[in-house]
Amino acid sequence: MKVLVPVKRVIDFNVKVRVKADQSGVDLANVKMSMNPFDEIAVEEAIRLKEKGKVTEVVIVSIGPSQAQDTIRTALAMGGDRGILVKTDGPVEPLAVAKLLKAICDAEKPGLVLTGKQAIDSDANQTGQMLAALLGWGQGTFAHSLELSGSDVKVAREIDGGLQTVSLRLPAVVTTDLRLNQPRYASLPNIMKAKKKPIAEKSPAELGVDVTPRCKVLKVSEPARRAAGVKVKTVAELVDKLAEAGVLS
Amino acid sequence: MTALVIAEHDNKTLNDATAKTVTAAAKVSSPVHILVAGSDCAAVAQAAAGIAGVEKVLLADDARYARMLAETMETLILSVAEPYEAILAPATTTGKNYLPRVAAKLDTPQISEIIAVLAPDTFERPIFAGNAVETLQAPAGKKIVTVRTTTFAAAGSGGTATVEKIAAAADPGLSSFVEENLSMSARPELTSAKIVISGGRGLGSAENFKLLDTIADRLGAAVGASRAAVDAGYVPNDFQVGQTGKAVAPELYLAIGISGAIQHLAGMKDSRVIAAINKDAAAPIFQLADFGLVEDLFKAIPELNDELAKRGIGQKA
Repeated sequence: MKVLVPVKRVIDFNVKVRVKADQSGVDLANVKMSMNPFDEIAVEEAIRLKEKGKVTEVVIVSIGPSQAQDTIRTALAMGGDRGILVKTDGPVEPLAVAKLLKAICDAEKPGLVLTGKQAIDSDANQTGQMLAALLGWGQGTFAHSLELSGSDVKVAREIDGGLQTVSLRLPAVVTTDLRLNQPRYASLPNIMKAKKKPIAEKSPAELGVDVTPRCKVLKVSEPARRAAGVKVKTVAELVDKLAEAGVLS
Repeated sequence: MTALVIAEHDNKTLNDATAKTVTAAAKVSSPVHILVAGSDCAAVAQAAAGIAGVEKVLLADDARYARMLAETMETLILSVAEPYEAILAPATTTGKNYLPRVAAKLDTPQISEIIAVLAPDTFERPIFAGNAVETLQAPAGKKIVTVRTTTFAAAGSGGTATVEKIAAAADPGLSSFVEENLSMSARPELTSAKIVISGGRGLGSAENFKLLDTIADRLGAAVGASRAAVDAGYVPNDFQVGQTGKAVAPELYLAIGISGAIQHLAGMKDSRVIAAINKDAAAPIFQLADFGLVEDLFKAIPELNDELAKRGIGQKA
């Protein structure tokens, strides 16, 4: 069985993002970019399934500018087999991403799509669910653990009250939560090997998808800042302040 | 011109998130209808009918909706979607699961986790873990929206909506429920509690994390945690507050042994009063805490409990 792993190039999670002065977006100049951490977990899970012999091929897909090749290479260095880059300029909305991925799934016919539950830039948490719907497949979102067996996959999902386990008929889409695994670091020999692995390039037009944004971003602004308050010296003083604020009753 | 809100519930009680979503929905389109999908959930439909401003409740009562699985919710919502100008769901793990499927099938972008409605087609939503706020205008046509419920007040009661039973939609047979392991707690739910006491890695162990219980029980508070504490296995995942966990906005957020990673702050910075206890005076949490105490938590927790007891605050623990 083949697994398809869509990955997104995003601002590194350690970078403090800055909103541009003209409110047109966030500043991307000279900012470190990395693979979306949730997608990294998806890559790791796919590779583990391959190591267990349950999967034969791990295909990495990214949609973005030519630099998204680096993100694909990172996933190939972790153990992915080959890559597909859908080259785009400018932002692509989740629905358009889902349509591009559907076109790729129609051609590649994977048994499973594994991807992050959300990207840490747009925080939309939509793409996996939209892809599943467009393909007419089942979905296991926010995966905490998964178990492949023959024609089904069992997914334990992180839900508001705890964990929920569902069984999905394959093919299916699974989106990863934080605790599914701890992604590996690529070793130097594997980084070298990854440079020789093939990456195919496609355009949205070839895949028959219009990626023109449909929502209009009117502005991107700084969130309301909370001013730092006061430091208290003792527990008794803290309780005084909380009682004054009327939050202890 | 009507908005449809999808109810959040456990087949017995209507979750507060529903009435909050109604408030957001009324700003997008009115009147508001509610869809209750569940199993043996007539009481939930009755509760939904009592929300002020709701004109009609659609009730799909069938075993296939007992767990509100995304695949069956998709076909059900699509079967009633046609007349509605807007479809909204709370941004809970349930709403986030099914609504994007509906949006995709309607070929409509979804606007996720809105925190404000500026105009019927214009919304604010947090991006980059709340480090920026995006003002987004949706295209003409249906609005498909999930709502971060902590930023909207619940619609009042006193409504007298009619309840209309609707037929179940086709089950696509893609998924089935296996089991659920829910954390049982007598404490209030994290997202609706008036007081939240959260612990971080500073607590050091699952055993030590229980130190928070005494104070939580005294104050009738919910207990939350940072990602670090969850990852370290001190508490289950559903305790997590933050960008990828739950967003909370209680009257009082008491952060104990939490340094304050941006991903954590994203989930609690809308709380009315934030108090923090941490032994590291440079911890980022102090930059937004209204009241900060630099103190070792193992000294501060018993002291806090004694101080509350001395003043007769809360229930006897």
